[in-house]
Amino acid sequence: MIYRETGVHHTTYRTDMALFRVPLARWSVAGLLVVAVVIPFFATDYWFSAILIPFLTFTIATLGLNLMTGYAGQVSLGHAAFIAVGGYTATILLIYDVPFLAAVVLGGLVAALVGLVFGIPSARIKGLYLAMATLAAQFVLPWAISRVVPLVVPTGLAVAGGDTVYPPRPNLFGLEIDSLFERYFVSLAILVVMTVFAMNLVRTRVGRAWVAIRDHDVAAKILGVNITHYKLLAFAIGSFYAGVSGALMVFFYYGVAHVGEFNLDLSLKLLGAIIIGGLGSIIGSFFGTAFIILLPIFLNISLTFLGNAAGFQVSSGTIAGIENIVFGALVVVLLIVEPLGLAKFWQNVKDYFRLWPFSY
Amino acid sequence: MDFFLELFVNGLLTGVLYALIALGLVLIYKASSVLNLAVGEMALLASFVVALAANFGAPSWLAILAGVVVMVVFGYFVERLAFRPLIGQPVISLIMATVGIALFLRGIYFILSNKWPVYLVDLGLPVDSLHLGPVSLLSSSVVGGLVALLLFGLVGYIYARTRTGLALRAVSDNQTVALSLGISIDHLWAVVWIGAGLVALVSGIVWGQRIGVQFGIAILGLKGLPVVFLGGLDSMAGALLAGIFIGVAENVVAGYLDPLIGGGTKEFLPFFIMLIALWVRPYGFFGREIIERV
Repeated sequence: MIYRETGVHHTTYRTDMALFRVPLARWSVAGLLVVAVVIPFFATDYWFSAILIPFLTFTIATLGLNLMTGYAGQVSLGHAAFIAVGGYTATILLIYDVPFLAAVVLGGLVAALVGLVFGIPSARIKGLYLAMATLAAQFVLPWAISRVVPLVVPTGLAVAGGDTVYPPRPNLFGLEIDSLFERYFVSLAILVVMTVFAMNLVRTRVGRAWVAIRDHDVAAKILGVNITHYKLLAFAIGSFYAGVSGALMVFFYYGVAHVGEFNLDLSLKLLGAIIIGGLGSIIGSFFGTAFIILLPIFLNISLTFLGNAAGFQVSSGTIAGIENIVFGALVVVLLIVEPLGLAKFWQNVKDYFRLWPFSY
Repeated sequence: MDFFLELFVNGLLTGVLYALIALGLVLIYKASSVLNLAVGEMALLASFVVALAANFGAPSWLAILAGVVVMVVFGYFVERLAFRPLIGQPVISLIMATVGIALFLRGIYFILSNKWPVYLVDLGLPVDSLHLGPVSLLSSSVVGGLVALLLFGLVGYIYARTRTGLALRAVSDNQTVALSLGISIDHLWAVVWIGAGLVALVSGIVWGQRIGVQFGIAILGLKGLPVVFLGGLDSMAGALLAGIFIGVAENVVAGYLDPLIGGGTKEFLPFFIMLIALWVRPYGFFGREIIERV
């Protein structure tokens, strides 16, 4: 978070290797957590269902995509398919009375396994060709889901041809998770765990190997990095995050497992989110997710307001169109102006204030 | 047997039209190593412009001319504003830029089609069915297939016989050497983007005749991807062959399998074939294998 390093000297390896090395960084993260805990006490239902809960659940997905694409350099155009796998697995497990947390984790693990299968081509191909293998996942997996799910879901629980399933109400150690308030805190807790794991992961051997592979895979191989192993690991972990977020999306955000929600548009939107937020940056995933969730709301409100002020009705089709135009244009502009995304802007601000006011 | 023949011939025609979409992808990839994911949206926009112009009472030639003008302007500005500044960026940036353009075009289409809903390209082509022995075909599909083959021949001729084609081949062979020989890459990129825009115009009109001017055309653009990867990203002959292969495969398999498993085969089969192709033969039928040095 925020760094003001002046006067901070590390005298033990322990403090030198801590996740947050500067007291101010610890305080700012703690402050952020306090904000996250306090917000729901002031939030309306609309805030919960339109901003807060989607933000928490989607951020887990973008974190996974960023680990896979931003750190390890394995472009995925099929992230939404892995999200769907996790969501459906967790839903089905919950129907069969598996405890909530176990269902979420198993959803993640099954997604990881599926991701691994689609990552196998990465042993031979990379870049564009690999991106196409993941794009194939985006078309093959939803098709497979809509064929397999009706076979395993007890009749009566699935509607609309069998691929739309309503999960039973999840409960955590005997407590039903029902209200928006409870959903928020459960999602928040899982997101915090996943974020800390990701932050630590990228500074271990694994994270360094990923960055080496991303920057130059042949050179990494020559240096003794087992690139197939780490590429597959990136697929597994990225898909695990997708699966967990899928489970949470189904339980807490959509409230229903519907394969149509997890389409190519979602995959591209998530990819757009990490590019706008910042490739290879944990905080960038947060920025990017916030961006894709807030942009439609912002445009909707401001366009309706402008339309009213000018005295005509802006139709919802026009707003959807403008939303696409703005999002598409911003992606291109950002790629040209700042390929490292919003996280880089944040970094620039931090760098400016690092030694402020005495930048000697 | 008659059923098989009907599926086969219809698949053949569909396949040629898939190949047409793939041609737009190959053109751009050969010259600039950019995979254009906006190809479907380009076709959608082009067919919409033509349909709109025809709807406002413009004669066919004027409507097509309007499409040509829009696509030329579009191709020029996309290259100038988006891709020239992105030279040297990693592959994900280039893919994402085309995705951004796709979303941009989609937005424009949503707004325009919201205002003027148009569904048909009416250029006065015959709409009746042709009967060849046991097989019946839509005559507009036959015309579309012939136009597609003609376009393939034209682009092939330009590549093989003209000065611009020679420059394009040089660039796709080795960009640095081509630059040092005085070939203007900026100029060529503008040429291929305009060319891809015109190919998108043709495929937009042909597909618009077939399925109507609707959002499905943008989705069809994605079907071009399995085709180019199966055929080899930088091979036009590969695109034609793979397009026909995928068109026939999906039509025949869907014809027999759909009643058994309840539909949806056409949506996933091309991508399944692509997945297998990527596993077994990553560079497709005729693609050039990439050999790397550190």
